[in-house]
Amino acid sequence: MARSSTSKDAQDLFHSLRSAYLSTPTNLKIIDLYVCFAVFTALIQVAYMALVGSFPFNSFLSGVLSCIGTAVLAVCLRIQVNKENKEFKDLAPERAFADFVLCNLVLHLVIINFLG
Amino acid sequence: MGGKSEPAKSESMATKPDLLITSFFSFKSLKLKTKQQELLLRISILGLVYILAFIARLFSVLRYESMIHEFDPYFNYRTTLFLTEKGFYEFWNWFDSESWYPLGRIIGGTLYPGLMVTAALIYWTLRFLRFFVHIREVCVLTAPFFASNTTLVAYFFGKELWDTGAGLVAAVLIAICPGYISRSVAGSYDNEAVAIFALLLTFYLFVKAVNTGSLAWALASAFGYFYMVSAWGGYVFIINLVPLYVLVLLITGRYSMRLYIAYNCMYILGMLLAMQIRFVGFQHVQSGEHMGAMGVFLLMQVFYFLDWVKYQLNDTKLFQTFLRITVTSAILVGGVAVGVGTASGYISPWTGRFYSLLDPTYAKDHIPIIASVSEHQPTAWSSFMFDYHILLFLFPAGLYFCFKRLTDATIFIVMYGLTSLYFAGVMVRLILVATPAVCLISAIAVSATIKNLTSLLRTKQKVSQTGSTKGAGSSKASSKVTLDQSQPFQKNGAIALLVGVFYLLSRYAIHCTWVTAEAYSSPSIVLAARGAHGNRIIFDDYREAYYWLRQNTATDAKIMSWWDYGYQITAMGNRTVIVDNNTWNNTHIATVGRAMSSYEDEAYDIMRSLDVNYVLVVFGGVTGYSSDDINKFLWMVRIGGGVFPVIKEPDYLVNGEFRVDKGASPKMLNCLMYKLCYYRFGELTTEYGKPPGYDRARGVEIGNKDIKLEHLEEAYTTSNWIVRIYRVKPPTNRL
Repeated sequence: MARSSTSKDAQDLFHSLRSAYLSTPTNLKIIDLYVCFAVFTALIQVAYMALVGSFPFNSFLSGVLSCIGTAVLAVCLRIQVNKENKEFKDLAPERAFADFVLCNLVLHLVIINFLG
Repeated sequence: MGGKSEPAKSESMATKPDLLITSFFSFKSLKLKTKQQELLLRISILGLVYILAFIARLFSVLRYESMIHEFDPYFNYRTTLFLTEKGFYEFWNWFDSESWYPLGRIIGGTLYPGLMVTAALIYWTLRFLRFFVHIREVCVLTAPFFASNTTLVAYFFGKELWDTGAGLVAAVLIAICPGYISRSVAGSYDNEAVAIFALLLTFYLFVKAVNTGSLAWALASAFGYFYMVSAWGGYVFIINLVPLYVLVLLITGRYSMRLYIAYNCMYILGMLLAMQIRFVGFQHVQSGEHMGAMGVFLLMQVFYFLDWVKYQLNDTKLFQTFLRITVTSAILVGGVAVGVGTASGYISPWTGRFYSLLDPTYAKDHIPIIASVSEHQPTAWSSFMFDYHILLFLFPAGLYFCFKRLTDATIFIVMYGLTSLYFAGVMVRLILVATPAVCLISAIAVSATIKNLTSLLRTKQKVSQTGSTKGAGSSKASSKVTLDQSQPFQKNGAIALLVGVFYLLSRYAIHCTWVTAEAYSSPSIVLAARGAHGNRIIFDDYREAYYWLRQNTATDAKIMSWWDYGYQITAMGNRTVIVDNNTWNNTHIATVGRAMSSYEDEAYDIMRSLDVNYVLVVFGGVTGYSSDDINKFLWMVRIGGGVFPVIKEPDYLVNGEFRVDKGASPKMLNCLMYKLCYYRFGELTTEYGKPPGYDRARGVEIGNKDIKLEHLEEAYTTSNWIVRIYRVKPPTNRL
């Protein structure tokens, strides 16, 4: 009895999440897709490291951190661009995107230095 | 704004002859608006504070000369010299064979390059502008320069926390606070000189990022953090305080999107930048001290993800199930990861240096080297009073004001103040880290009080109760004044209190100047004393000895001394040493300690095994100098005994007491350190009316006056007998 109710709960959850998500604007969905791609790349790198070992560690770290870093920065961009966030309503989306690009630039410059 | 000043200007033009005379004398004729007047006032105050912070630190340059103080700064000076001569690439990859003979030291990978690179940049900038100064001058004056910059950062931080008034008071307080001056006088070319500036800058930029929610400010705080990591090992404080602050905000429910943006950007970028420093390496992902930050980072992702899902769902029941699943799985995964990491040793536990902050008794039992440094002792109340003066009681007052107006920024400064004061109580050296927080919080108290008092004064003929109640209610002192009191009494009370506040602040300034002049401006490599007629006598024995070494020994000579003097010997004497202040190899130091505390024959074997050519000891018996090697001797025994059980501390004590006179233990009277310090001292009369061989530092007549050295011979003794150098004789031929 309990198992079917939890599976029904899970199905309800899934459906309501899906319907709520479908209503988000396209630009936010693009950012979400980018975040998923970055996290997925990070997971592939971690799986590869588990297979072949972690030497050289700095290369592994720089690879994983570049993925996580750009994912996190994209989430920050999404927060700042999202029209439903009252705190950021007077922040121009161009400014948010410029900050995003600048931080990514710094991130990748450091990654390239760290890659070894 | 511009329109209003136009008619004023034409008016002054019309009555030219009249105003021309008065315009030179009257400020009002400039017709500056209040805002402009205020801006001018603020800029001039900040300018004066900037200059004050610089010149308050110049006492030792004026009294002695422009030289580097203490021990550690000599190493920093030597590395900066190397950097300016050989360039950054050589510096970054430097392996030094002149210290820790025969091990050597990978300097490029074991130092914090921030200070050296900063000084080198200033030096190259000055040279580019055709000011051909010597690098030593730049090194000596780096600390006061950065102290001035810290006052500017304190102003902006105070402005962010409270208002511009608090910022100005904070700048003034931190410019002359003895807690900060002690480690940033001219000549104290140590990491803290730059690190406190970097610390305050990082905190200011982070608080600004949290307040504005802008990625650009978070990026700036990441760079501030990078500068801090490059400058000092105390960056661990930042990487633990900031996550703790985030955690407190999450728990108290004051979190917001701005917090997410600020912390995540700072953490990821800051961590990556910090890993570029070779000395720090991979510690941000492997060391136990940095795991708190990572834990909070992951917690934040989970927390905000749940928040987003809750917002999407708009249905509490479904959300509860989702919450249950996610939270349990997250805790499980996190717990397993931490457990596996710690158990397998991948996540290293807290190192001794920082663990002894959490458990102050740890170092005394397990790591004698950390326990032996005088700066690591617990702080006495007198030290607090000496270093903070009135800030000690202004701090609780400031805490009260901060709690009254709780914002993200004030929560941060309260946490910074409380945690840093706790650590300052554990270790004297950390009073320095607490100083900016204490100054900022005290500034809030002073500024708020003065503002309330002056607003009381300014309520003219208004009998309105609301105005005065607001003023009376929030000021601690005038809360005693009841509403029934007539206006004059309230005003008189306010004036009296204002005079009291100004009197306190002036006493603070006098105290700080006195403390700086008397206590914190001695170079400790040059000693000064008052002669019989009140004239000043300078003891320059250390430099005398090091220059003797430089000019009279072979270039590849190896010097054995206690680790305190290692940096100075390599920097000024330019010779190879066995151990120095880096203290990275405890066994090597214990070997030297064992040699110093053994009989001469055993010590000779150890010295031959280390290729020692000269032995240097510091002796204060003639001058009464109390920081000499005999007073440090028990630490040599403890450190040596910690690795070589053949050295036992009770052998050197008599009834638990450390003595050097006739009643001392025989092992003490014949050990190498005793012989080297007191050789030929038995024939010397040091004080009128006392027998020859009277040790002025210990206040006793020494026990063993007839000292014969078999394997060493005296090479040099400085003019006041403070430094004594002995040559190790080669083994005698077989007869």
